[in-house]
Amino acid sequence: MTDPILVGLIIFVLASFVGFEVIHKVPPTLHTPLMSGSNAISGIAVIGALLLAGSGHTTLTVVLGLMATVLATINVVGGFLVTDRMLQMFKR
Amino acid sequence: MDWLTRIEELSYLGAAALFILGLKKLGSPATARQGNRLAALGMLIAIVVTLLDRQIASYTGILAAIGLGSVIGAIAAYKVEMTAMPQMVGLLNGLGGGASALVSIGEFCRIVAVGEPLTPSTLVTIILGVLIGGITLSGSLVAFGKLQGLISGTPIIFPMQQAVNLGLLVAFGIASGLVWLDPSQLPIFWGLVAIATSLGVLFVLPIGGADMPVVISLLNSLSGLAASAAGFIVSNSMLIIAGALVGASGLILTQIMCKAMNRSLANVLFSGFGRATTGNAEVTAHATAKSVHTIDPEESAMMLGYAKSVVIVPGYGMAVAQAQHSVKELADQLERLGVDVKYAIHPVAGRMPGHMNVLLAEANVPYPQLKDIEEINPEFENVDVALVIGANDVVNPAARTNPSSPVYGMPILDVDRARHTIVIKRSLNPGFAGIDNELFYKDKTLMLFGNAKEVLNQLITEVKHL
Repeated sequence: MTDPILVGLIIFVLASFVGFEVIHKVPPTLHTPLMSGSNAISGIAVIGALLLAGSGHTTLTVVLGLMATVLATINVVGGFLVTDRMLQMFKR
Repeated sequence: MDWLTRIEELSYLGAAALFILGLKKLGSPATARQGNRLAALGMLIAIVVTLLDRQIASYTGILAAIGLGSVIGAIAAYKVEMTAMPQMVGLLNGLGGGASALVSIGEFCRIVAVGEPLTPSTLVTIILGVLIGGITLSGSLVAFGKLQGLISGTPIIFPMQQAVNLGLLVAFGIASGLVWLDPSQLPIFWGLVAIATSLGVLFVLPIGGADMPVVISLLNSLSGLAASAAGFIVSNSMLIIAGALVGASGLILTQIMCKAMNRSLANVLFSGFGRATTGNAEVTAHATAKSVHTIDPEESAMMLGYAKSVVIVPGYGMAVAQAQHSVKELADQLERLGVDVKYAIHPVAGRMPGHMNVLLAEANVPYPQLKDIEEINPEFENVDVALVIGANDVVNPAARTNPSSPVYGMPILDVDRARHTIVIKRSLNPGFAGIDNELFYKDKTLMLFGNAKEVLNQLITEVKHL
């Protein structure tokens, strides 16, 4: 079990099952917030972007990393804030 | 593994747990807001822990990039109109996919630059990251353009489309092989990037406006998978987990949307739905020979005001006219007169999953009044008036009765089973799918022509005088 790709694959498959189970029961009313909220989570690529930009190997990798950081941060911040804005409108 | 790395890994685990918990709480309106905040907290933890990582050599550029992204994201989130939410989500999907693609590209360039050995598995994940991320980015931008009205919402189809797509895929495969043989040939790698982004454009262009809920859901799923691919590349299990969660969530929504249209995903993606087929044209020609019954706002107001129960069926037309507040005001006036008002929401009404629900929530409609298709359909027989506002294909009875209709088999809201049906619509033009709606020609159906918002405001004035 030392192959990181194999470990990654195991994590990926198990996490997918968790995702299916957790999200399966979301009512239609919440489909849009679910989508924008989960979308913000996919901005997790920001972690990869930070590591790339921070590694400082070549100008090209740093520039690519910084561009990725900007895009992912817009995704994260915009996604969570707009979801919050929507959810505060849902009233009984 | 030293203690700092251990803390880092444990913090990532905590953040992943917060994501799962947050998504779970997003499943109920009462806890959804808290759930979103938990997920945001998880993200904050993950980012802070990563910034403390000693691999990071310089912070100036990084902090500037985070600041810039945060400001743009926050402004967009607060400025966007609720009616423009599908575009917003589409664009955000694309940015996430784009970020993952850039990470994949950057890692490849880094590995080549420092002369690290490129293992087959790393190369495969990099190529997957470029492919999925590139398709997500360019596909989302096209979807954004269509939803924003920058590109025509009708399917854009050209000859040999499938052949071109296939050719691009083959070219992508060949170029991947060449990169494997000699990774230092950067132009070939950039060719891969170009092919991936072209595929995204070609894949969304032929898909029409009413199929957007499926496309947005699918792109949502892809943005998660792209993040997972990036996670494989930088060996970070946090990215893999979060990406898999989003991938699963997007896939569930995609399935729900396809089911609500009684079509397979392949059919949505490759059929160029909505082009007039011969059978379709016959139906249209046949139908235009028939006549419709019209009604004016004054009479409609009397019918609505003296009804016992009214079900409002909103569609994309309500969103376009930004009429959600007028809808709520009319409902308030009717409730004042003792009318029982409910809303029937079709899963694919509008341009994204849950589109109508968000708009009505913005207008302060309590969510228990919003009924989904299974809940409301058995009730229509006892409903005095079904008021259809800017919905078309989702109320077309041909879906039940006419096997030659393109919408045949799609679950619809049975508004034609109500005692009376009033349809507010700008004109008799067929809906997006170019399919004539049999509902409009039924004896019990009364057409109220005009812009949704203007007509509703006239109705409100009339109902107030009752």
